[in-house]
This record gives sequence, structure tokens and C-alpha cells, in this order.
Amino acid sequence: MSDVVLPLLVAVPVLAAVAPLCLSLLSSETGWYVAAVTTAIEAGLAAVVLSSVYGGDRLVHAVGGYPAPYGIELVGDGLSAPIVALIAVVSLGVVGFAYTGGPRRNSFYSAYLLLVGGLMGVSVTGDLFNMFVFLEITGLATYALVAADRSGRSAVAALKYLLLGTMGASFFIIGVGYVFITTGTLNMIDLSERLAGSYATRPVLAAFGFVLVGLGLKAAIFPLHTWQPDAYTYASDTVTTFVSALVSTVAAYAIGRVILTVFTTSFLAAVPLARTAVVGFASVSVLAGGALAVVQTDVKRMFAYSSVSQFGLVVAAFALATPDSVLGGVVHLVGHGLMKGGLFAAAAILAATHGARTVDDYARLGYRSPVVAGVVAVLGIALVGVPPSIGFLGKYYIAVGAVRAGAWPLAAVVFFSTLLTLAYVARLLERLYFASPNAAPDRASGALADGGAATPTSGPTSAPAPSPSPPSDPDAADDTAPDEGDTRTVRGVSTGMVLLTVLAAVAVVALGFANAGFETLLDPFLGGALP
Amino acid sequence: MIELLATRWAYAVFVFVMATGLYVMIGSPNLVKKVIGLNLFQSAVFLFFVASAYVAGGSPAIVPSEGGGGPYVSPLPHVIVLTAIVVGVSLTAVALALIVRIHREYGTLDESVLREVTDE
Repeated sequence: MSDVVLPLLVAVPVLAAVAPLCLSLLSSETGWYVAAVTTAIEAGLAAVVLSSVYGGDRLVHAVGGYPAPYGIELVGDGLSAPIVALIAVVSLGVVGFAYTGGPRRNSFYSAYLLLVGGLMGVSVTGDLFNMFVFLEITGLATYALVAADRSGRSAVAALKYLLLGTMGASFFIIGVGYVFITTGTLNMIDLSERLAGSYATRPVLAAFGFVLVGLGLKAAIFPLHTWQPDAYTYASDTVTTFVSALVSTVAAYAIGRVILTVFTTSFLAAVPLARTAVVGFASVSVLAGGALAVVQTDVKRMFAYSSVSQFGLVVAAFALATPDSVLGGVVHLVGHGLMKGGLFAAAAILAATHGARTVDDYARLGYRSPVVAGVVAVLGIALVGVPPSIGFLGKYYIAVGAVRAGAWPLAAVVFFSTLLTLAYVARLLERLYFASPNAAPDRASGALADGGAATPTSGPTSAPAPSPSPPSDPDAADDTAPDEGDTRTVRGVSTGMVLLTVLAAVAVVALGFANAGFETLLDPFLGGALP
Repeated sequence: MIELLATRWAYAVFVFVMATGLYVMIGSPNLVKKVIGLNLFQSAVFLFFVASAYVAGGSPAIVPSEGGGGPYVSPLPHVIVLTAIVVGVSLTAVALALIVRIHREYGTLDESVLREVTDE
């Protein structure tokens, strides 16, 4: 079993998740160091996976030495490698962000590492039931993290997420059961071979429906998205950064994996209605999510609805299943993770330094926090799809795929999604840079006094370190200091945190030139799974 | 229809229990009852898997060392259900922990009251 790096990718964070709890006996703030070391190891392992897949390899590991159709298989190929790399990079970045931003409790890092392990598991598994287990590990850790700021609101949001997320997972497992009783196997490659010929039978069609609805709930595709805005808005800012960048991303990845590897394009060709239905629902998600984002006043909520829209685009690309569109889907998935993670991190910093929570609060912050506001602007423009950026690259490939396949409605949807994204990003940019100087931020609407005081906003690290941006400027910390009652706000802002958001923005722009790299990475997968 | 019920009654029970669970989740305003509905829903899925593994006259798949002895019921769905039960129990635990916190914070478990309290 040569490719031992794949099981390590999953096992290391899951095992390390136990350490912070045990170390609690000694000290209550050792968890961060465990998480930092573990995510650094993960980044190394992910680099190994990425480089060997880039070299044209397809990594396979049979867990426990049981051969493929009977045992569980872990697979690293062109579809999973970029997601693995994204998870490793974002989890390392968010740990860095949490050093000053908090929370620093050990239990937080146990859930955090468990989530990393679950996400890695979903990305590398080649077994459908194993995917369910990892989805549920991911879900469990996410519910705990969403409620990690110990406020009542976040607990309600987490419970709502839990009920809907579990229902989604149950739908998924019913679908898995249907294909299992049809074929007698759970291995994805084996399934794709045995399903051939029975595509139009009722259990297989029902299975496709159940699996897609279940994963659509997890990925927050309209109209199954209702848990997502609350969960993103009321979770603490550090958690939102992490969850928004990765959790729905792997669910969308799972949709791609199930459509492309398990059901394959021959299923979509044999049952045209399946493709039409998924592309149709995803297109509605793009437009509805975008429209809902435009009317939001709370910034975190706006970004949350924006995710509904962007994931619709990714799922539509996977369901169209042409080489161009799948490439675009993967690129946009990675790009969305980086852009949304960076945007939420920047929003967290602005909330901590200026108490800015609504779009109106952002008035003229472009002059008071030029660096962080600049990051918001760059990432927002990248999200719209302005070149050079990874946001442009993803949308470009999806649009090319739609045009080449003659799917004109989808091409139009990509175009409208750009307009809608521009509509809400432009609102933000207008506030940041062009608001009239006497536009006083409306403090009443920004305050969300929950009364909870579990996480002190003025911890020992609340004095901002010297920073290139005005957060360190004493004049900036005037009447708009963060609300004491808002348990979501990060504990403090350091130069390193600002630097991380800048790095995210630089990466988003730099990856806009990586089109050849993405094509090399996915070429074997697209050649194997697609005509 | 009657024949279907007579021979495939386990699947009919699966659908009935699943629908009941779903209805309880949606219809009941009480958060604890929603979790009970969720458990019903999951149990229905377990039932489906176990029923699909059944072979008429089959025995548990403990094969004697000299081999033979069938027919056996399929052991794989049982393994799946065991795993799924573990997942379900941990989810219930997290859900109840959250409900305890919600009750401590707001003093209610009623969804509609909760909506009024949180949307002030």
C-alpha cells in the first residue's frame, strides 16, 4: 500500500483532535499549538498529494489492505487534489487567524481538527457509504463550531442547521441504499460500472434524486439553503471564516463526485431529465441567492446568500458535465473557498476594529482601514469575475462549457450571476469609498446585544498590535468600538491577521494566472471520466 | 397493492415511519419533539437497510470454519446500520446539548416563541 499519504491526511487530524482535550488537564490554552502543528503537517501532506496528482498520478489506497470492491478505497485524483489543497491551506490560515482572534479554548480546537479530518475524508474517499460517515463527522463538528461562541442565537442557528443537515445526510444515505440494493456494491468506480445498463430503472432514478437533494441540503442550494444564512451570521467570526470557505465546498464537491464518478456522464446522457433538473435547480439557486444577497443589510448575511448563488453555479457546472464546465466548477469551488474565506476574515477584522456589521456601517471605512477595505474590494471584484482572478477563471470555464454544449440558458445564468454579484459588491464598494463624509454609521442597526459575555471582546490581546492599517490608530477607535455584548467578534486584531487577508487577496489574483496549472491537474480526470 | 403490502410490508413500514418522522419534525413546534422526529426518520432508514439485507430463511452470517451452512443474510447492511446508529446517537447528543443551552438562554423550547424572542 504505497499511497499512505491519503489515510494520513484523514487520520492525523482525527487523532490530533483528541490531544487538546487530554491536554486540558495540564493547561487550558494548549489547543492552538496542537492545531497549528497538525494543520502544518496537513499542508505538507496535501502538497505531496497535489504534486503527485499534478505529475499525472492517481493515488489509491485500500484501507486495511482489503482490496477495492470489498474494502474502502481512498482516492486522490484531479478532482479531489485541488479540494484537499484548499482545505489544507484554509485550515492553516484560519488557525493563524485564531491565534489573536480566538477562541483559544482547547475544546474549540478539538472540534476544529475533527472538522479538518472530516473534510479531508469526504474529499479523498472512494466509497459511497464512507462518504456519508465523513459528511456526518463534518456536520457534527460544524454544528459544534457554529455554537462555539456560547450565545443563544448561535445555538438556535446550530440546531436548525443540525436538523436540516441530518435530514440531508439521511436523504443521501437512502439514495446510497437504493444504489446498493440495485448493484450490491458501495465502491464508486465499481458502482459506475455496475450501474451501466440500469440507468432508467426506478431505484437508480430515485437514488439520484435522494442523493442530489441530500447533498444539495448540505451545500445550501436554493431552496434548501434556509439553515445557511443564520448559521453563517450568528456563528463567531473565526468560525464563519472557516465554515464558509470549506464545509459547503466539500458538499458541492461531493455532488460533483457523485454525478461524475458514480453516475457518470452516460447516466446524464441516458436520462436527460436528470441533467435538466439539476442544472435548472442550480440556475434558480444562482439567481435567487444573488437576488437575496442584494437586499441584505447585514454584511455576513449578504456574503452567506452570495455563497448560495456561487454554489448554484458550481453544481450547474458539474451537472452539465462537459470537460470545460467541470474544470470551471472545480476552479470556482477552490476560488470561492479562498474568496469567501478572505471576505469573512476581512469582515471579522472590520467588525472588531470599527464595530461594522451592516453595509451602512462600512461607510468610508476605505479611508480608515485602507488595507482591510482594500482586501474586501479586491476579493469582491474577484468574486464578480473581473480578470485577472480565480473568480474570473472559474466563471470563464463554466461559460465556455455552457456555450460549447449549446446550453444557452446556463450561459445566460452565468452572465446574470455576474451582474447580481456586481450589484451587491458594488453596494459595498460604494459605502467603503464613495459614501458622503457625513454619512454617520447607524449604530442601532449594527448592535446585536445578546447579553452573553462568555467570550470577552476585550481580552488581554485586545490592544491591536502595530499594523499598517488604521486599526492601530487611536483616532480610529472612537465611538464605533465593538459592541461588548456581541460574542461573535474576534478577541483582537493583529498585523498577522491583516496580513493573512492580504495573502488571500494576493492568492486569489495570482491563481487567476494558473489556468494552465488547473488544466494539467484535471486533464487525466477529465479524460477518464468524461468523453 | 394488497400483494405488495403482504410481501413487502417492511418497506411499507419504512416509508410510513419515515413520513411520520418527517411530519413530526416539520409539524411540532417543540424542539425536543423535532429531535424525536429526526430519530424516527433515521430509524426508518436503518429499518430499510436491515430489511433489504434479509434473505428468507437466512441465518446470521457467522460462517463455520469448514464453510457451507447458508443461506445467510447479507452482513454488509448490518455493518452500515451499526455505523449509522453511532452517527445518529452522537447527533442526538449534540442536538440535546444545544437544546439545553437554548432553554437556559431563552426559557422556552417552543419554536414560535423562540422566533419572537430572537427576532427582536
